[in-house]
Amino acid sequence: MNQGEQVKVLGLWGSPFSKRVEMVLKLKGIPYEYIEEDVYGNKSPMLLKYNPIHKKVPVLVHNGRSIAESLVIVEYIEDTWKTSQTILPQDPYERAMARFWAKYVDEKVMVAIWKACWGPRSEREKETKEAYEGLKYLEKELGDKHFFGGETIGFVDIAADFIGYWLGIVQEASGVTIMTAEEFPNLQRWSKDFIDNNFVKEVLPPKHELAALFKAQFGSVTSD
Amino acid sequence: MANEVVLLDFWPSMFGMRTRIALREKGVEFEYREEDLRNKSPLLLQMNPIHKKIPVLIHNGKPVNESIIQVQYIDEVWSHKNPILPSDPYQRAQARFWADFIDKKMYEAQRKVWATKGEEQETGKKDFIEILKTLESELGDKPYFGGDEFGLVDIALIGFSTWFPSYEKFGNFSIEQECPKLIAWVKKCLQRETVAKSLPDPEKVTEFVSMLRSKFVPE
Repeated sequence: MNQGEQVKVLGLWGSPFSKRVEMVLKLKGIPYEYIEEDVYGNKSPMLLKYNPIHKKVPVLVHNGRSIAESLVIVEYIEDTWKTSQTILPQDPYERAMARFWAKYVDEKVMVAIWKACWGPRSEREKETKEAYEGLKYLEKELGDKHFFGGETIGFVDIAADFIGYWLGIVQEASGVTIMTAEEFPNLQRWSKDFIDNNFVKEVLPPKHELAALFKAQFGSVTSD
Repeated sequence: MANEVVLLDFWPSMFGMRTRIALREKGVEFEYREEDLRNKSPLLLQMNPIHKKIPVLIHNGKPVNESIIQVQYIDEVWSHKNPILPSDPYQRAQARFWADFIDKKMYEAQRKVWATKGEEQETGKKDFIEILKTLESELGDKPYFGGDEFGLVDIALIGFSTWFPSYEKFGNFSIEQECPKLIAWVKKCLQRETVAKSLPDPEKVTEFVSMLRSKFVPE
């Protein structure tokens, strides 16, 4: 590791997107300085400087240069720090598959789950169905594998961190159940192993704090 | 080993255009198959069961879906010439960031310009112009988005240029007036053979969009 490498993460303590970046840095043993951003309140001048386009977190700042969008950041970390713990497969086809599933989680499954739990009431049934179908595809893709990445945590596991940890808490806080142990045994087993990983565990936000945050910000299905 | 490459595509798709360009940049022989999106082929449904969308790249029988993922795949498999992504990790990250920006912002915004009317269209038009200006600002004085070399972000954006006359017609504005540097960049890219071969005639696209618009916006 280069001496004098400056790595900063601008993040949000409860955000699965933010945590993706921290998980990968921990997995690869890269030290970093974490800076909590008040994204919903007062965006700092630093955030506006380093992510002028989206003004969101996470942002990675490496030796003064910034990268935004969590999955772009994860690929940057992979490209920059060649460690034995790799996040993406070597084979181009396997890489394309990993990118496909990560994008699917990001753009379809997470969005559907969120809308199912807290979207407009009129759309919740439709979104729940979509979320369920999406999770079913992931259940099938995971199959018997230990992780989506195979024997070790990989790109898709990182992208699916919301499903591995946040989903259970979101389901409890919102009163909406989409993923059950009976219907999703593979994902259930995977999520236990995922959050049990030492590096992942280190960065996960505390369960009760997240639950309180969700209840406060979004209310629940029953209290409309 | 025989390299069999099939592309399931739809001629006016700005996403399909990306994959066509990437394959040609690498000199890859491929079979282009036109899909009727109202009557999707069994092969399309088999190779992209989740999204059921084009383009679908089938390499030796195995599918790769999502255009930006396809372009990166093509770059990694046929790495011997015309690199599409830069070799520097920071530049690669910037390229991926802007390709992602285009994917997240352009499609929805441009859709409002030709598929809606009235206030919705006016707001859509404003958003769309702002996005184009952001891209133009990112391009700056560089020949291409990545700098001196044609690359991922150019490939991600250039296909939309065939729809520019449609936006201008239905949105009633001039893109050249709003973003002259962007139009200059379009002309430069069109000089590239791989791009010229992969893009349809904008006039034909305008005819197609007119037909589509009449379905969304009965006048």
